[in-house]
Amino acid sequence: MEAEPALVRVSGLNKRYARRGGRGSPCVQALADVDLEIAPGATLALVGESGSGKSTLARCLARLEEPESGRIWFEGEDVLALRGRRLRPFRERVQLVLQDSAAALDPRLSAAEIVAEPLEILGRGGKSERRGRARALLDTVGIPSAWGDRRPAELSGGQRQRLAIARALAVLPRLLILDEAFAGLDVSIQAQIAGLLEELRVRHELTYLYVSHDLALMARLAREVAVLFEGRIVERGPVARLFAGPSHPHTRALIAAVPAWPAAPPRVS
Amino acid sequence: MPYDSVVPALLEIRDLVIHYAAGPDASVVAVDEVSLDVEEGEVVGLLGESGCGKTTLLLAVLGLLSPAARVMRGSIRFRGRDLLALGGLEARRVRGALISIVFQDPSQALNPVRRVGPQVAEVVAAHHRWSRLRCREEASARLAEVGFTEADRIYDAYPHELSGGQRQRVVLAQALACRPALVLADEPTASLDSTTQAELRALLGSLQSRFGLALLLVSHDLGALAALARRVLVMYAGRLVESGNPGQVFHDPLHPYSRGLLRAFPHAVAAGAAPEPGLPVPIPGSPPDLSRLPPGCAFEPRCPDRVPACLERPPQEVRPGEDRRVRCFTYGG
Repeated sequence: MEAEPALVRVSGLNKRYARRGGRGSPCVQALADVDLEIAPGATLALVGESGSGKSTLARCLARLEEPESGRIWFEGEDVLALRGRRLRPFRERVQLVLQDSAAALDPRLSAAEIVAEPLEILGRGGKSERRGRARALLDTVGIPSAWGDRRPAELSGGQRQRLAIARALAVLPRLLILDEAFAGLDVSIQAQIAGLLEELRVRHELTYLYVSHDLALMARLAREVAVLFEGRIVERGPVARLFAGPSHPHTRALIAAVPAWPAAPPRVS
Repeated sequence: MPYDSVVPALLEIRDLVIHYAAGPDASVVAVDEVSLDVEEGEVVGLLGESGCGKTTLLLAVLGLLSPAARVMRGSIRFRGRDLLALGGLEARRVRGALISIVFQDPSQALNPVRRVGPQVAEVVAAHHRWSRLRCREEASARLAEVGFTEADRIYDAYPHELSGGQRQRVVLAQALACRPALVLADEPTASLDSTTQAELRALLGSLQSRFGLALLLVSHDLGALAALARRVLVMYAGRLVESGNPGQVFHDPLHPYSRGLLRAFPHAVAAGAAPEPGLPVPIPGSPPDLSRLPPGCAFEPRCPDRVPACLERPPQEVRPGEDRRVRCFTYGG
């Protein structure tokens, strides 16, 4: 049987940042020789702490950050070679949803305008067609279409995150990168958004790359987890295998930090 | 402890109702008929989602409510003294010294352009007529207590030079500056990495037992609640809907909202075990509009166990077992 070609393939990715205010001080190695493959339809979680390089990796994959060296292929195409207009089709195929959607959404635009904006920029359809599509997308993510006129500030945190997802879906992407997209949301809202994302993934044949420090939540959402530590992927595997036999000390520390239920009270007859 | 004991608790809140003004005729119910006790040295956990009133409750204890808030009814007593009736000077003696608070986001709690040590020392200075040197020494001692091995170096650091976990420890040192009897903590670990959360959880526990602190801990960190709290309260739409010890509440939640909330948590069944597979289960519907609460139970529209009585009046608190309380018609109400 022939293996399915990877949707994303990353090889030997390196990225350094200059340390702030440090004349001659060493650079921070944000990514060190990262290799990564993501199969189409996968749900992969990139788990690591602040400074582990997970957001840098996500931003490199979305071509928002230039690596020092290494290669990225998306659907077989050399992503880092794309420039200018040739980047546009790629930008449609890969969409990013960020943590703080309040900051990522234009506060002056209405919900419907925010969702229609990517279509407008890409010159898709007429104005009324775009408006109809925006309304349909809002409906898909569970925002009542009557709320299309509301601005981000008039929506709750969970609704804003739904709005950010609707905007990402407007251009029919294949890969959605969700960088701490659940942080700061109430658990019942997290659960709602998780259910919505799963439904959308199946319906639109999407691939998800979750980026998070929260291993507990990622273990519920993703089928596979890759642990990032000091710019390296130190371990990767299906959730159950990772928990059953973590091989890297940092994975063990992350597992130990997962909140556990208190012991059951003794039965009183 | 049951809240009809003869000896007054450290903190006693009775039938507290707080509204926020929202326009000329409208008001938002933030806290509704809340009664709770915190004993000396006791850790009480408070679980609930955004907008359920838990932060308003904490701010009311400290007298930090915004001008739009109005205490409609009820009392808050600390060692028998009515906090709501305290005048400015007296209130200041209690606030920050005997009762202190730790907020969620340490980067907002610290002044970014000042070194962190003086920010701890100024809390000491505000409550003692001590020399600058003595205040400084006290502040250094607090920094050491919260686990900084190089307290002097940290003393001179700016907030941006510290990690999120270190900043939250500085905030903890501020809260402990005057050896309070009661610390209110509003999601103290929510903004941190999971391993840092685990460290802070352990630190809170050791400080609590070392100094005999009473702690009212608002948290989504079930690990912290499980490890530290003796009692857990669940709050929904301004009301306490359930209370019990952590083992009872987490393993056998009585209120339909508690059951829904706990199903939505991505937790492990036991330390080190993989979380149960499958997506967390959401609670259907959304929280009620607090400016138009229904006459009956606020959870009724989302409740899988609703009965006709739920629409008529809010259920009263009942005690289905020792040390357990619930507001739900399923249990009598």
